[in-house]
Amino acid sequence: MAYDKRFDGRKFDELRPIEAKVGVVKNATGSASFRIGKTWAYAAVYGPREMYPKFKQDPEKGILRCNYNMLAFSGSGDRVRPGTSRRSKEISMVTEKALLPVLDLSAFPGAVIDVFIELIQTDSGTRCAGICAAAMALADAGIPMKDIVSSIAVGVIDGKIAVDVNKEEEDYEDGMADIATAMTTRNGKVTLLQIDGFAKKDELKKALEAAHKACEKIKVIQIKALKDKYKVNAK
Amino acid sequence: MTDIIKEHMLSNFEKGVRFDGRKFDEYRKVSVEYGVSAKSAEGSAMVTIGDTVVVAGVKLEVGTPFPDTPDQGALMVNAELLPLSSPKFEAGPPSIYSIELSRVIDRAVRESHYVDFEKLCIKKAEKCWIVMIDIYPLNDAGNLWDAAALAALAALKDVKYPEFDGEKIDYSKKTKTPLPLTHMPISITVMKIGNKIIIDPTTAEEEVIDSRLTVGISEEGEVCSMQKGGNQGLTIEEIDTMVELVIKKAKELRSVFKK
Repeated sequence: MAYDKRFDGRKFDELRPIEAKVGVVKNATGSASFRIGKTWAYAAVYGPREMYPKFKQDPEKGILRCNYNMLAFSGSGDRVRPGTSRRSKEISMVTEKALLPVLDLSAFPGAVIDVFIELIQTDSGTRCAGICAAAMALADAGIPMKDIVSSIAVGVIDGKIAVDVNKEEEDYEDGMADIATAMTTRNGKVTLLQIDGFAKKDELKKALEAAHKACEKIKVIQIKALKDKYKVNAK
Repeated sequence: MTDIIKEHMLSNFEKGVRFDGRKFDEYRKVSVEYGVSAKSAEGSAMVTIGDTVVVAGVKLEVGTPFPDTPDQGALMVNAELLPLSSPKFEAGPPSIYSIELSRVIDRAVRESHYVDFEKLCIKKAEKCWIVMIDIYPLNDAGNLWDAAALAALAALKDVKYPEFDGEKIDYSKKTKTPLPLTHMPISITVMKIGNKIIIDPTTAEEEVIDSRLTVGISEEGEVCSMQKGGNQGLTIEEIDTMVELVIKKAKELRSVFKK
């Protein structure tokens, strides 16, 4: 059975509806919420603040510390047990690596910048939504950045490239390749790349090109949300 | 630091003024949004009180009833103080604050008989529904006590059972059946600072309180749960005044939760 029409009727290069907002956590130095389809991520940045325990400090630059977490009720099946898991620890780490290339932390020796990412509702692409929200929150916190990081998951389903896969597509019965990417679109570099499933070499190239186009679209939305916070007469 | 703030706060209280200009018995704006995690949770709600935001979600599972209540379902309440919501909160094992918070809410839900536990029993001593409420603050600007309780109660109101064939739950399919609920309680916390009794405290006020009383109140205006906190005692007269205030405020808050 060929995959000619997407389950939710989207075009193959069409993103789910996106809603981005900045300044959602008033206590934080910077914060953002990023909704893509039914996946909804919150991110808050605290810091730069002094790093404890002290031996973890870097005397030359600040340290980025990300924490990805799913709220207990936000899974697609049973309740997710609270606390860290191997999965959440790995995602926290790749999130850090995805964001670091754009950050200039040389002004904050001995300090840590904490990024907390919480998923309120999930429908695939949670790490990507988390990275999009975290990048906006870092910008909102005024951390020096060379570019914004945008992130999207692309699927290879029956030879077709489907941008922004949802849970239904991820569970496609004949198997698919789920390609999670993050990009700094200004220099076209890939800062997150994780693939689950089979993809041919040329399919991968096409998928990454599609991801690049999608990230350009997401970046526009992210920047608009950041600017909207400072709009005069903003409601 | 807190001593200076407290002194300043109390001298303002004498003039009848709170830092944010509210009256002593005035609540900040309260709003509720249902179904914020409708795709994932069986029931969910986000409650906003001023700048304080709390989200709560309910998951349903099928399990074995407790041996001492073989004909009843089970309830579990868990509150986690996310480091995302305030610089005061740290990651790690639950603090005593989060444990007290979840136990106070557990008591308000359980003792008000808001959920009809007997109707949650599927087969006596073998199978029952387990209701699991998880509560998370997204921004703590004071009065998590009330915001968390109200979010939990609203999330219960939003619950729709998932499909269950007697063996397995299909979480992807939701039925139209709500939880067997009776009359909704309301939980309100009253604080005492100096000789003044205030409601809906901000973070600054919370930091200097002398004592605290959380009261769960039924629709008929009866007290169904209570927890006293803080380092100072309360006179019987003060408790009486506080309960009276809670009964009055509960009526106002109730209208926000009409669904």
